[in-house]
Amino acid sequence: MSFINYSSREINCKIVYYGPGLCGKTTNLQYIYNKTNPETKGKLISLSTETDRTLFFDFLPLSLGEIRGFKTRFHLYTVPGQVFYDASRKLILKGVDGVVFVADSQVERMEANLESFENLRTNLGEQGYDLNKIPSVVQYNKRDLPNAVAIEELRESLNPRSVPEFQAVAPTGVGVFDTLKAVAKLVLTELKKGG
Amino acid sequence: MGTQLVMYDEEYNRINAVCDRLTKDANAKVVFIVDKNGQLISASGQTQNIDTTSLASLTAGNVAAMGGLAKLIGENEFPNQIHEGARESLYMTIVGSRIVLVVIFDTRTSLGLVRLRVKKASDELGKIFEALVKKTAEPGGMASPFAEISDDDIDNLFSE
Repeated sequence: MSFINYSSREINCKIVYYGPGLCGKTTNLQYIYNKTNPETKGKLISLSTETDRTLFFDFLPLSLGEIRGFKTRFHLYTVPGQVFYDASRKLILKGVDGVVFVADSQVERMEANLESFENLRTNLGEQGYDLNKIPSVVQYNKRDLPNAVAIEELRESLNPRSVPEFQAVAPTGVGVFDTLKAVAKLVLTELKKGG
Repeated sequence: MGTQLVMYDEEYNRINAVCDRLTKDANAKVVFIVDKNGQLISASGQTQNIDTTSLASLTAGNVAAMGGLAKLIGENEFPNQIHEGARESLYMTIVGSRIVLVVIFDTRTSLGLVRLRVKKASDELGKIFEALVKKTAEPGGMASPFAEISDDDIDNLFSE
């Protein structure tokens, strides 16, 4: 749920990166963090285990600039992808304005992608959101790997709504900013409609 | 879906005034107000060396996790939490089910005093936020600044 502050002329929106374990959600945020000007970003917070698996969430605040005199800020969150952290994932979806579903393109992760996608739909539903209506984009990550599934197949399973989709190689940044821009645009467009 | 949180000058000033007074009365280092989704609403006191954005997000994460735990044992939520450090301590209280009031304090004050002052402040804040929710829900309220934006405005954000 975005927060509009007329007094300080700010608008804050929340974007959540969702997807199966090890699909590259945290890597997306790390790349964005490393490539953004220091004055436009806050600290990247990662609540992770000793083996660098996300335990609760990663958080990165970003300022995008001004629209009609309002400072536009995006709070980027990731969820923990591992199946047994479902209770935590639900909490992070609270107040979400836009979702990025990050899919792992490797053939052996197809089932995990599908499970996570359905889990996203269920958990959004529990919070009163509809995956068919909320601003969302899909990122097919790990396109550089030899065992990557054809895009058509991924699309058929994971993008039934034909939302904007991007091919990515998150560690090198391919597709990372395109994905972020697309979801940010959708969120702002939704705000415009809501007004 | 909950309603969008909108803040207007009048309520914002009143909220800031309550925070400033609480900082003084409780002899606290910092007082801040966060919504449960992790958005910082107000901060008062010695905030210069604190990353308030991160603090807001982690507060919301903590309150959400504790709320989840509460439900597991049959409670609705844990409305008050205290975290004691060697030097600094944190007191969190949930106001009107949507807002979290956080007080950071050290040995120059006591938990008892903080609790007492928080109680009064949270009653006042509860009323302000209640009024705010009503105002936001009123038809013909302030138009969203985003109603008028064009696709070009959005594109321009990404052009640099």
